[in-house]
Amino acid sequence: MTATTSPALDRNLLHRLGIVAVLFVIAGLLSVLTDSFATASNLTNVARQVSINGILAVGVTFVLLTGGVDLSLGSVVALSGVACALFAHPGEYPLFVPICVGLLTGGLCGLLNGVLVTRGGIAPFIVTLGMMTVARGLALIFSGGKPVADMSPDLTGLAGDLGPVPIPLICFAAVAVLSWLFLGRFRLGRHLYAVGGNEQAARAAGVSVPKVKLFAYGLCGLLTGLAGVVLAARITTGQPNAGQAYELDAIAAVVIGGTSLSGGVGSVLGTVLGVLLIGVINNGLDLLSVSSYYQAVIKGVIIVGAVWLDRRQARS
Amino acid sequence: MLRACQLSKAFGGLSVLQDVSIDFHPGEVHALMGENGAGKSTLMKMLAGVYAPDGGSVAWRGQPVRFRTPNDALSQGIAMVHQELMPIPDLSVGENLLLGMEPTNAFGWVDQAALHTQASAWLQQLDTDLDTRRPMRSLSVAQMQVVEIAKALARQADVLLMDEPTAALSDHEVTALFKAITTLRQRGVAVVYTTHKMDEVFRLADRISVLRDGRLVCTKAALEFSADSLIAHMVGRELAQIFPPVTTTPGETVLAVEQLTREPAYRNISFTLRRGEVLGLAGLMGAGRTEVVSALYGLQPAASGTIRLRGQTLDLRSPIDGLAAGLAMVTEDRKGSGIVPAMSVQHNLTLAALRQFCRGAVIDATAESSTTHKATGDFAIKASGPGQAINQLSGGNQQKVLLARALLTAPAVLILDEPTRGIDIGAKAEIYALIGRLSAQGTAVLLVSSELPEILSLTHRILVLRQGELSAELAPRQTNQEEILRHAMPR
Repeated sequence: MTATTSPALDRNLLHRLGIVAVLFVIAGLLSVLTDSFATASNLTNVARQVSINGILAVGVTFVLLTGGVDLSLGSVVALSGVACALFAHPGEYPLFVPICVGLLTGGLCGLLNGVLVTRGGIAPFIVTLGMMTVARGLALIFSGGKPVADMSPDLTGLAGDLGPVPIPLICFAAVAVLSWLFLGRFRLGRHLYAVGGNEQAARAAGVSVPKVKLFAYGLCGLLTGLAGVVLAARITTGQPNAGQAYELDAIAAVVIGGTSLSGGVGSVLGTVLGVLLIGVINNGLDLLSVSSYYQAVIKGVIIVGAVWLDRRQARS
Repeated sequence: MLRACQLSKAFGGLSVLQDVSIDFHPGEVHALMGENGAGKSTLMKMLAGVYAPDGGSVAWRGQPVRFRTPNDALSQGIAMVHQELMPIPDLSVGENLLLGMEPTNAFGWVDQAALHTQASAWLQQLDTDLDTRRPMRSLSVAQMQVVEIAKALARQADVLLMDEPTAALSDHEVTALFKAITTLRQRGVAVVYTTHKMDEVFRLADRISVLRDGRLVCTKAALEFSADSLIAHMVGRELAQIFPPVTTTPGETVLAVEQLTREPAYRNISFTLRRGEVLGLAGLMGAGRTEVVSALYGLQPAASGTIRLRGQTLDLRSPIDGLAAGLAMVTEDRKGSGIVPAMSVQHNLTLAALRQFCRGAVIDATAESSTTHKATGDFAIKASGPGQAINQLSGGNQQKVLLARALLTAPAVLILDEPTRGIDIGAKAEIYALIGRLSAQGTAVLLVSSELPEILSLTHRILVLRQGELSAELAPRQTNQEEILRHAMPR
């Protein structure tokens, strides 16, 4: 890109500055209101907590950019976690096997979503709603309905720290940076925006629309698998009931970050900021010991409010 | 009655309208003329409450008004028929016409019988007999236009704004529309409309305002203009000749099409296209022109028949195959299958040829931006910069971006489907010159156009399609519009 900025880019910048400002205000308030927010241990904890939602949100950003949606994230997280845990008993397989099993499980679910959307011509909402129940069912079947315990310390170590930095955070950061580069620099990344922005025009310009969509769902699935592995490591079990409603937090973060649900507009940077905002709010409400009933209400209001503000800004 | 007072508007720092003041009178047809990007649509949209002015004001019956939404303007009696119609396809004609003002019975339910009686009455005021129970999607574009106008009538509109109402209409549909407009004028409605068709303006308009580069050049009675003086005002210079002379001699056969068929759209289409040749494809709307050329590009594959490019038989299943073989196409539907509105000028421009600017799978930003820089210069694309969103450009400039997109792929055959639809004279002249240059460089051009002067002046040969079949092959210098139409009319 040349130095010339467009109004669209200006607006994105404004949007990001807006989120960053809100983020700082909330963080500032929390440091005043609580003793524990601005401590190293709490911030590390926040980082650990946002990592899983962050990986999911970056993954689903690809799908939302094409104008699709993925509602199966939470269930696929559980299924991948269970699959990973089944191969992670101490002394059975080397470390890479359970990791790969987890990733592949997620990736296959994503690819299947993609095939049904592109080949089957079924609406993404329906396809991924189906996958949501199927994956949850499979997780329960493979685990026998019980958490898969007895995981090797090698794998659960993945939830630990590398020096002062939590490994899940490293995963999230790597995923975000690679995705950011991919969307900005790679031909396929550009094609994602084109397909989401105007599918007919993209097709007429020689973009393989099915390939692009298949890629988006597949990659989203792969990253969901990664989130599943990280979660299993963190809770040291393959929990078939884990990840309930994770897709909602992930999609909320992406939308707060300025990605359009109708596709074609959005960025990884926005998603990362959305993830941080949701993470800080969750953590803050915990620290202020707000009851979880109220937490749900407050979070919902904040999500809708943030998007409403954004759309109002877009119109003016 | 309605007055624009020093209206100004800018998009992304690019001023599109400056200090424009015009009075509109009841019972008068007022034409807004100007090249694409002159600011006609923007002016209309401000009058209709779609855009808020950045400067100046709109006065209505002597009072300054500030419309927040198109509905505000509509409730005051100002209605707009947009360039792109926005009907609800699955509702009936009557339901569309009386949307939001349906007659109800004692229970508050919609009174279907009354609805259709009222709707037909409004349509009859426009001399139109249309079954109001038909679904909107079954109507032709012209019929939809008339329904839109009746819709404005039903809302007691005193001002009707029409943005290029005839762009997509065939000749006899235009006649019907003009009858409706004349009726409105007699009823004291102020009609404001834009068009790029010269003959229409003089048939219809009482007064003409000419805009150029966002400024008002002049407002005068239509009688005070001649076609030449009007064009001169619009472009700011005399256009000695719009059409470049056809000088090149076609070379060897590049494209050979045999027995191309896809029922019910077209059948047994056979023709050849030679190097450097401009081949015109004429016909009425629905004759299958778009369908045939779409098959040649792979957009809508044919059911049977062969397509050979330089002797090689092509199996075109998608535009990917077409582009790989050396075909490129600019589609007729700029908005629907042309631009990606949220993307920048640069990203739109390089979309089809992106591979050229890539090392492996990675885009080479330097190569991409230098190509964009060169192309915006070569094609005289007016934008504030390569990063500007393409939907902020005028239609003519969007079209130039799309032409550049197709030509960056260096095609052997370029398919142009209505390349000058809804485009001003200046941009048209640029596109005509471009076609001439391409032909001289040896590119074969297949030109689909509803504007017969274009087909007659630019091409080496003309094919006429009638109801999906080739009905004639004509030599442009030895034929005329009447003969083409005779071959195009259904029998």
